Amino acid sequence: MTAVVVVCGVLLTVGAVLAVIRAEKGPSMLDRTIALDIVVTTMIAAVALYAAIERRTDVVPVLVVLSLVGFVGSVTIARFAAVEPEGEGRVRTREEIAAEAERMRAEDEAEGSRRTGRREGYDEHHGGGAEGEVRS
Amino acid sequence: MSLHPRRHRWRTQWATVVWLTVVWVFLWGDLSVGNVLAGLLIALAVTTGLRMAPIDFHGRFRPLGFLHLLGRFAVDLVKASFEVSIIAIRPRYVPHGAVIGVQLRSHSDLYLTMTAELSSLVPGSLVVEAHRLTGMLYLHVLDVRQSGGIEAARQAVLDQEERVLRAFASDEELAAAGLGVRA
Amino acid sequence: MTQDQWTTVADVASAVCLLGGAFLAFAAGVGVLRFPDLLARMHAGTKPQVLGLALVLIGLALRLRSGGAVWALVLVAVFQMLTAPVAAHMVGRAGYRTGKVRSDLLVVDELTQDQERAQVRDHGRPDDDGPRD
Repeated sequence: MTAVVVVCGVLLTVGAVLAVIRAEKGPSMLDRTIALDIVVTTMIAAVALYAAIERRTDVVPVLVVLSLVGFVGSVTIARFAAVEPEGEGRVRTREEIAAEAERMRAEDEAEGSRRTGRREGYDEHHGGGAEGEVRS
Repeated sequence: MSLHPRRHRWRTQWATVVWLTVVWVFLWGDLSVGNVLAGLLIALAVTTGLRMAPIDFHGRFRPLGFLHLLGRFAVDLVKASFEVSIIAIRPRYVPHGAVIGVQLRSHSDLYLTMTAELSSLVPGSLVVEAHRLTGMLYLHVLDVRQSGGIEAARQAVLDQEERVLRAFASDEELAAAGLGVRA
Repeated sequence: MTQDQWTTVADVASAVCLLGGAFLAFAAGVGVLRFPDLLARMHAGTKPQVLGLALVLIGLALRLRSGGAVWALVLVAVFQMLTAPVAAHMVGRAGYRTGKVRSDLLVVDELTQDQERAQVRDHGRPDDDGPRD
């Protein structure tokens, strides 16, 4: 019986860990919903395994509650899922944050100089003029 | 339109009340008078307090068809789970999915729902969208090659619907769906 | 003597069911990590999960062998079978509406075709920012 417990425990743990990895990677909210639903089901299986080993009947209501929680949770998230812009669902690395700050700063500078250029009557063009424009 | 709307509603909802009481008794695991009474009270409170659409069931319960449905479903469920597990575990195999539309032949919500539920649990298919008014079911097939092609997958859903109808439908509904009555 | 044999048989059957259920839960985890698409991952989340849970509950029922708790286990299994397809369906529908389904990975996509045809019929032009990436 101990061997059965160990093997089942290892299988359930590995399955739950893989689902959590998907919950971290999954590019959208819905992938994470499915992954967490699997984690909840693995918890139900683990509690049932414990009840089977110890032959306890008082943890059975826990199984009922967990199955309801899993279902209601995933349906609620799916019901209110909204459109996420690309890249919203990921955790950015430090280099990416630095690169994005750099890019935003460059855009602000270009915007500021474009505004001053417009005020002076299109005399200066940063980064070259428009195509086909004749420079006098 | 009945003159006593509340009595009319109770009569059409009694099956739901019985079912909820059974669920309550199962939950406590103990068939005692207190449990049954409490279950009845709670079931009545739920069905009168929450307005749910009454289920329209005009069919007839056929034992043989029902047993055939359950048996076939159990076999398919076991087969399906192991097939999906093999696909998941087999290294370097990418399943190619497809979304197919199936036009169901019956005109009832109940049979549509039951066919959709059973099709989601058996080999290869998962219901993605159901259009109630036209009776269209859209299913996602996990692996086209394993299901034997797109037309085979479509036929499997239609067969599932036929088994559901043969288990629960009345003779008129069977005829309307185009399935002859078996002797 | 016979009572003891039945107990052993029940214990062995329960162990087999528990192992099968744990293996299916493990396969569900592997599947949800490996599959390429949102809809395929839903398959991994529905089918092995339901049967795995059913097997584990059967194993538990064989082990407990007392009347009261077994009925609650039957209830849990019936709930899972009724609600797992509904949850999968809602996730799939939300995936279609928020544009998370990549049509290029599918062999045939009749739902998007029908939706586009309905769009053209209702608004007289194909939808520019429909469910495409």
